[in-house]
Amino acid sequence: MNGIVKVNRRDLLKTGLAVGGGLMLACYFSLPDQLEAAGPAGPLAPNAFLRVDTNGMVTLINNKSEMGQGIFTSLSMIVAEELDCDWRRVRVLAAHVDPAYNHTEFGSQVTGGSTSVRTEWSRLALAGATARAMLVMAAARSWQADPAVCRTEKGQVVHPDGRRLDYGKLAAKAAGLPIPVQVKLKDPAGYTLIGHPIRRLDSPIKVNGTAVFGIDVQMPGMLVAVIARPPVFGAVLKEMDADKAKAVPGVKAVVAIPAGVAVVADGYWPALQGSKALKLSWDEGPGARLSTEEIRGQYAALARTPGIPARREGDVPAALAKAVRLLEAEYEVPYLAHAPMEPLNCCVDLRADGCDIYTGTQMQTIDRDAAARACGLPPEKVQIHTAYLGGGFGRRANPASDFVVEAVQVAMALGTPGTPGTPVKVIRTREDDMRAGYYRPFWYDRIIAGLAGDGTVIGWQHTIVGQSIMAGTAFEGTIKDGIDETSVEGAADTPYPFANLWVDLHSPKVPVPVQWWRSVGHSHTAFVVECFLDEIANVLGRDPLELRRTLLAGHPRHLRVLEVAARQADWGRPLPAGHALGLAVHASFGSYVAQVAEVSVSTTGKVLVHRVVCAVDCGRIVNPDTVEAQMESGIIFGLTAALSGAITLKDGRIEQSNFHDYPLLRLDETPRIEVHIIPSTEAPGGIGEPGVPPVAPAVANALFTLTGARIRALPLTANKVLAALGRA
Amino acid sequence: MITLNVNGKGLEVSASPDTPLLWVLREELRLTGTKFGCGEGLCGACTVHVGGEPTRSCVTAVSEVKGAEITTIEGLPANHPVKQAWLDQEVSQCGYCQPGQIMGAAALLHGKPQPTDAEIDAELGGNLCRCGTYPRIRKAVHQAAAKAKGGGK
Repeated sequence: MNGIVKVNRRDLLKTGLAVGGGLMLACYFSLPDQLEAAGPAGPLAPNAFLRVDTNGMVTLINNKSEMGQGIFTSLSMIVAEELDCDWRRVRVLAAHVDPAYNHTEFGSQVTGGSTSVRTEWSRLALAGATARAMLVMAAARSWQADPAVCRTEKGQVVHPDGRRLDYGKLAAKAAGLPIPVQVKLKDPAGYTLIGHPIRRLDSPIKVNGTAVFGIDVQMPGMLVAVIARPPVFGAVLKEMDADKAKAVPGVKAVVAIPAGVAVVADGYWPALQGSKALKLSWDEGPGARLSTEEIRGQYAALARTPGIPARREGDVPAALAKAVRLLEAEYEVPYLAHAPMEPLNCCVDLRADGCDIYTGTQMQTIDRDAAARACGLPPEKVQIHTAYLGGGFGRRANPASDFVVEAVQVAMALGTPGTPGTPVKVIRTREDDMRAGYYRPFWYDRIIAGLAGDGTVIGWQHTIVGQSIMAGTAFEGTIKDGIDETSVEGAADTPYPFANLWVDLHSPKVPVPVQWWRSVGHSHTAFVVECFLDEIANVLGRDPLELRRTLLAGHPRHLRVLEVAARQADWGRPLPAGHALGLAVHASFGSYVAQVAEVSVSTTGKVLVHRVVCAVDCGRIVNPDTVEAQMESGIIFGLTAALSGAITLKDGRIEQSNFHDYPLLRLDETPRIEVHIIPSTEAPGGIGEPGVPPVAPAVANALFTLTGARIRALPLTANKVLAALGRA
Repeated sequence: MITLNVNGKGLEVSASPDTPLLWVLREELRLTGTKFGCGEGLCGACTVHVGGEPTRSCVTAVSEVKGAEITTIEGLPANHPVKQAWLDQEVSQCGYCQPGQIMGAAALLHGKPQPTDAEIDAELGGNLCRCGTYPRIRKAVHQAAAKAKGGGK
């Protein structure tokens, strides 16, 4: 990242644009009227992301949503590193919606795809370096010195004779200087922040309870709404009797909107009581016939037919015909809820002249535009104020802006158009959050491998069946020749070098709303590919590590993480009786991760995971502690999916409702986790998602080694384990 | 009106007696550090202390805690060893469940100043965290316990 970089003047914004009235999320405020005061625009604002105030305070106007991944801190570190400011005087404001803050690749403001550091590093480093150059120039002019002999240190410009000037004192003067055409980025060898375990900027307010999540936003006169929702997807309201709901003290209004019937009250509790008192009847429509069993049957039949080609290497039918042995297996993974700890919510202040929306979202531009369409205002009159997200995992990036639009519709129904409305916050109950949709798709996979006499895999046919998450959304254009890349990622691009390799895709339309879920397609393809590879190793009598080593000879980064994880886990060592190891390696989002899991099974069939050793190569690193935390996080998120996560349907109804029947991994079930980071000078990779995919296959492979029972359907519940043990 | 004793202050609230303490804290007293996660006492995000005992405020009617000493995350001293340990171990990710985790941990250490891993599991197993901060929660609890043992060094 060092060297001379050309400054693209079109990327630079004039002072003041997009810095007024930001949410001051990094500070100790709890009410939106206080949140508004971001302070005056700093005199030095070389672009939309950065300003230096006359008091020396450095502000990152951040376009990425903080949902736990540590992005406020990581992006601030990049800016502060190049600016050479005092790290203790850095704060972060959430950016308003503006094209300047668009994702560099997605064309709108989005936090997702484990892309934030990868896509923002260059322009934020440039922003910091540009501001630094201007501050140095301002100091040099004051001293009538050559800027080339001045250096910077912790928020000061230093003259060779020892004189110093604070950035704050220089900010006004620097702002009057021309923006340099070329700036020099630091030599990474001189980094004092990047690559070091720096503490998160948002920790103190998250520990003392003052961090403002969307659900915490309160406004004078604000009402709270709970929406009674249809029992099945696509149901239409037939009749409504709201008399008892309206009789609940505190209930102010009952309004029907497309998402259901909203009970609006002066607080959550009366709104909830009101929603329970509604008498509603629904025309359930064809959605009432949906069941997981039926979907499974339909998918299994499809998996036996050719799909749309996602990858065609060689001639698989011919290779399979020549094979001396065929292996065939069918795998499935269920629908999954994101289940962030903060249930979805959105606060809307709709007035005749504008609309302010306070929520935790990963997709500000799309939400802003959807809200504008819903309330009939031009987009520039609608502003999104991004609060902290109480978990995202992809759910708060909804292409239909479901949780924003429904709140705008409630606000519309409350106010007469053209008159000032009343701020209203829609809060989803946990049951709403779990049942109202947008799940990781149910996937059904069939793989056939053909083995030659010497054990070589000469043919690999992988057929994938599952709903496209892009179909029917604004991102439909990403589907090329019938292939939604997110359906086949991790499978169509498998690193295993089989000469004849076909991947087919079926994308059936099912009226269950689906969406990206942490690690997206990789969340199922890693499970299928890495488990089936172990099946092949077992049939060949080869060690799973040794087989992968052979196959990945041409993939040094895969190989490296595999070797490190295996060595650190002491692969092959004698284990306590009843324990076994399993491994998996998978690349996603530009990073390479291998994991080794040590498991046992309790007498009741419960899978116990004792230890997970993880090796990650994610290229150049901003904050190693964040990388470690995200690997721990991904492993635990992935273990919930491996061991217990399942959303199922019967008679069109989601059978789960809350944490008793959609259990998350608990502290007492959490294994010892060790993370080993591979030093690298490669381009930065993602870290929010790549820790998830390998853990389910690592655990399933360990379970097979332990019991001889191969379970091909997640989650690995006690019932399935006991049944498999009976078969083994 | 119901009189509550929250974080050492006597406060009159007007919510109906069946209202869960959680919503009185959040909406009437504007103490939004205590979080709503499930509404059924299943996740621990709403944990506060009532008479020193960790209590799920989402399933505790406000009428049940009249006059009892209620402590929320805002009332736990800033220099409390658990808060300090949470900072030192960089526990928080999204941070939403952490007030409940911290209140749970503080109550645990009050009753068992040197908890074993099994005791930590038993006491905090019901506090869910979707980000998976559990390994650091365990470390932070041990750190806070060690500090207490070392006489607050």
